[in-house]
Amino acid sequence: MQALKYLPEVVTLELDRSKCEGCQTCVIVCPHAVFGIENKRAVILHRDLCMECGACALNCQSEAISVRSGVGCAAGILNGILRGTESSCECSPDS
Amino acid sequence: MSELSQNNKQCCCQSESPNTGFELIADNKQWIDKYISTPIGKIPRIKTVITLSDKIENWKRRWGIGRVTHIIPPGLYAVGAPTDKSPVFVSANYKMSFDCLRSDLDGLDGWILVLDTKGINVWCAAGKGTFGTDELVNRIKVSGLEQVVSHRKLIVPQLGATGVSAFRVKEMSGFRVVYGPVRSADIKRFLENRMRATPEMRRVTFNIGERVVLIPMEFASYLKKLLFVLAIMFILSGLGRDGYSIERLSANGTQNVLLFVTAYLIAVIGVPVFLPLLPGRSFSVKGIWAGLLSIATAGLVFNFYPQLTPGLIASVSWIFIIIAVSSFIGMNFTGASTYTSLSGVLKEMKYAVPCQISIAILGAVLWIVGLFI
Repeated sequence: MQALKYLPEVVTLELDRSKCEGCQTCVIVCPHAVFGIENKRAVILHRDLCMECGACALNCQSEAISVRSGVGCAAGILNGILRGTESSCECSPDS
Repeated sequence: MSELSQNNKQCCCQSESPNTGFELIADNKQWIDKYISTPIGKIPRIKTVITLSDKIENWKRRWGIGRVTHIIPPGLYAVGAPTDKSPVFVSANYKMSFDCLRSDLDGLDGWILVLDTKGINVWCAAGKGTFGTDELVNRIKVSGLEQVVSHRKLIVPQLGATGVSAFRVKEMSGFRVVYGPVRSADIKRFLENRMRATPEMRRVTFNIGERVVLIPMEFASYLKKLLFVLAIMFILSGLGRDGYSIERLSANGTQNVLLFVTAYLIAVIGVPVFLPLLPGRSFSVKGIWAGLLSIATAGLVFNFYPQLTPGLIASVSWIFIIIAVSSFIGMNFTGASTYTSLSGVLKEMKYAVPCQISIAILGAVLWIVGLFI
């Protein structure tokens, strides 16, 4: 299936290949197959497919990955602006 | 977000969550089959068959009916006839996720460690951090899992990785996290494949079935605002140059309500159904196409019933109103989709929200002006 693509050239995902130890965890956790392995180190294959969920950075033991993670949810961002808080999805029963 | 019905066995741990204002109550636990003996005492064994009342409860959740949502008490559960060597599956305590998981574990022997995610599904909870490293480590300790199993391995749904840091869990608890497939329906194949997921099991999808099940929630999420707008629109419809007329209220009011409801339904259904086909990457732009579909539909109806056609100013006002509302509904579908990024949504909103507000105000002003002309 052709992957659905969102806006190009916007994501904040960064990979420092020099720090990568080749554990492949980023390849495993990414739900959009953004990463691949080349020469025993991670490489970003499909940057624009990244949804900034942050799973890769959180699970990268060598801290080679950085991303401003968050939920791409317009309602949550609007709620945050209206309430003057961090963006929060309506899906929370405690919000 | 993406979750399919129980029937086609494709449901995954990810799903839309209860709306704001829901009261969380412990489930009546009719899904508990019996209690089995373990080194730490009796542990509830769960049924892997979903009953009619489970289905009704989940159906109500989809439509946002009722003020109560059931949660699964956090802790350790058994499935089948597990031993100390059986696998441990980690889950959220959202009833619908839990129902998906237990029906997909039918025929397997294992343990389920339910985290306290406040009744929220795995992916959403992982994004908030409630399905996270600290809760997992804490739940391992308080559940007594270390005495129940002899191995030190946990199968965590892949989408939980947004909140769980596998290496930190290992450091803090000694348990090794193995990320399982995205969809619980793939668990059996994952186990048969010696705990290796295929690339396809690792990918989040957003196919037509996964989008269609979101429609009830989309429909219900705006219902209060919709009724509010409809009420105001209906009442104002009686206004005219000669003052207020009940006759005009019943004729124009009904027509205005029908127009708005039609546009609402087309946007709420059209955006999810036709998402990949609607031109443009921005969801606010995709929403405009749904709006154009509504305008075309209205135009077609008025073509057959020319006597119902609103005046020129009213017609133009409707074009603006429908475009603004449809674009907004489209934009809000980013939250339900499985592939939009925070940076992208922020960029899109920067130009979309001011445009939507301007067009909506323009439409509303024209609509009111139209009442008096």
